[in-house]
Amino acid sequence: MTTHTDNLETAKYTGTRVERSNQEVADLANRAYKYGWTTEIESETLEKGLNEEVIRQISEKKGEPEWMLAWRLKAYRHWRGMDPPTWAKVRYETPDFQDISYYSAPKKAPEKKSLDEVDPKLLETFEKLGIPLGEQKRLAGVAVDAVFDSVSVATTHKDILAKKGIIFCSISEALREHGELVRRYLGSVVPANDNFYAALNSAVFSDGSFVYIPRGVKCPMDLSTYFRINAQNTGQFERTLIIAEEGAEVSYLEGCTAPMRDENQLHAAVVELVAHKNATIRYATVQNWYAGDEEGRGGIFNFVTKRGACLGANARISWTQVETGSAITWKYPSCILKGDNSVGEFYSVAMTTGRQQADTGTKMLHLGKNTRSTIISKTISAGRSDNSYRGLVRVMPKAANARNYTQCDSLLLGSTCGAHTFPYIDVRNRTASVEHEASTSKISEDQLFYCQTRAIRPEDAISMVVNGFCKEVFDHLPMEFAVEATKLLGVSLEGSVG
Amino acid sequence: MLQIRNLHASVDGKEILRGIDLDVNPGEVHAIMGPNGSGKSTLAQVLAGHEVYEVPEDQSTVTFLGENLLEMPAEERARLGLFLAFQYPVEIPGITNEYFLRAALNETRKSRGLEEFDAMDFRELLQEKMAHINIDPGFAERFVNHGFSGGEKKRNEILQLAVLEPRLAILDETDSGLDIDALRIVSEGVNKLRSPNRAFIVVTHYQRLLNYIVPDFVHVLVNGRIVKSGDKNLALELEEKGYDWVKETFAGATA
Repeated sequence: MTTHTDNLETAKYTGTRVERSNQEVADLANRAYKYGWTTEIESETLEKGLNEEVIRQISEKKGEPEWMLAWRLKAYRHWRGMDPPTWAKVRYETPDFQDISYYSAPKKAPEKKSLDEVDPKLLETFEKLGIPLGEQKRLAGVAVDAVFDSVSVATTHKDILAKKGIIFCSISEALREHGELVRRYLGSVVPANDNFYAALNSAVFSDGSFVYIPRGVKCPMDLSTYFRINAQNTGQFERTLIIAEEGAEVSYLEGCTAPMRDENQLHAAVVELVAHKNATIRYATVQNWYAGDEEGRGGIFNFVTKRGACLGANARISWTQVETGSAITWKYPSCILKGDNSVGEFYSVAMTTGRQQADTGTKMLHLGKNTRSTIISKTISAGRSDNSYRGLVRVMPKAANARNYTQCDSLLLGSTCGAHTFPYIDVRNRTASVEHEASTSKISEDQLFYCQTRAIRPEDAISMVVNGFCKEVFDHLPMEFAVEATKLLGVSLEGSVG
Repeated sequence: MLQIRNLHASVDGKEILRGIDLDVNPGEVHAIMGPNGSGKSTLAQVLAGHEVYEVPEDQSTVTFLGENLLEMPAEERARLGLFLAFQYPVEIPGITNEYFLRAALNETRKSRGLEEFDAMDFRELLQEKMAHINIDPGFAERFVNHGFSGGEKKRNEILQLAVLEPRLAILDETDSGLDIDALRIVSEGVNKLRSPNRAFIVVTHYQRLLNYIVPDFVHVLVNGRIVKSGDKNLALELEEKGYDWVKETFAGATA
């Protein structure tokens, strides 16, 4: 294991200009958060606190089968005996888990049969977020599942997908209508007792998306879930399960926002991906939860467990994430490469500013022969933030000829932020080949001056340099998301994307 | 077009420019020559607006197209029509030349109330410019100076000059690090961009560049002051006699 920690060399570059750039980055980050408003809507919210009775109530509200309740209760009992993880390089006060409400749903959206029955306020909310759900306006190339607090309010294009045998619905609906499928796979990749936050999620998860792509089917459009936290003092615990049968292919996108509030809110999600023989799953996230203010007040705690299993030969799972929001990010989208020749990929941009803290990376577990993995991580730190890449590459004894390539690049803006890299490499097969490259750089005065002499303002120059730094990752995002991502970083890339 | 009066500049309390006077009119090419450390590059950077230099604005004035240049940040000087070709062009990985140049040109156009170029129209313009000064069309898709050879970087600067069409272009030791072929190619590019509306200030250590880019005026900079001005023959005289000659001859003036 090697560990190195880099802080920006100080003496030479702490002049007024760098401080100025620092301020500009902070301004950019602040300006970027335009999702901080709330929706006035009547909600049904459970009393704060967590106990077996609360879990029974959640399960009952969702009309779940008996086995699901039993599964939740078992997870809850595990969770009670577990401690929050402390190994990440993030500092925060552990949430008071009895001071959170575990379920909040808009009153008027109990059973979403058709869009006509969905509260117009909810449709308005998503439209304002750029996710129109109505028949006329909905995004043509993408099917969307919109999740508001604890429930899914609408899913578009279901009919077209159903013709191909594709199931795309909320996980609550899947539990009712496709119970056996859910039962077979739920917890198969991330066990209920996997870690503290995964166990909590398993006990109380309220909604999320379910995707099933039958054998040999290539999903004709991108699937997308948009998560919106609205209610105060609630946590969001979504659960996503994606199954690609032999030869199936799907590309899935996930976006999220939350209002600006002074207190922290907990978001503890679990995502499980299952790729059978020759199947491909691409999973992309643009995470823009509210990050808290300049002083670090408020913001979302984003504690997420994401993992995919390449069960069959030649399966492929690709994670792409752009993490710009949240007060704290603790997240390691991982791949279990069980099938021979299976492929795992992780492309990540994590940007922190203000007082944000991120500890994110991946795990690539090579079990099968000739398995390959690629890790490209780009971290950008500004303000007083701390940004860590943490990754594990493990090659098991039977994984002959396994290959990994890892590249971790850090970009520092200003002299008060931190960038850290914690790569763990564990190789138990002599035929494996593991490569690790790392770099730390900063935006130089020279780059800013050069851009200025080409009529480009320093703040735009910073955006440009950051954007260029992220290019390798953005290239793996679908077009709309790449545009969204560059906007998030305070950049307008326009024609040069893709 | 450009009037420099009593220009002083210092960095970290050390005075580098010690009272420069210079007038540049449209269409003229001025060469600034001088030994190492005489302040040639500093002059170029001060004119372009590098903030590391302190310029005493109560003594020094620089007027460009009627505007007080010293009051403006570098990007505004660029928008007004000032261009600096760098001695060491800077790399911006991940950003294509095409994107970079379009952003630069559109910023300038925006500031002048002109319509911005969209991606398609700009591509056409860029291809035209590249053809005009014999630049490999592949430059468009490459990242700004990233992985460029020394010669390619200098040619890329000239391409930027061609696209941005400044009123005054300052070439800071554009010849440094170039072999004779590269020097010729770069100079040909510059010569094609000479026009009655555009002036050049060519900063160089060596006379050989001036065989290709023939100047109207040559100024010799020693110790932060222009100690001698003349026509192109002055460069030849310098070449023959060496910088020690000016240093000795003008020792009194520079003390």
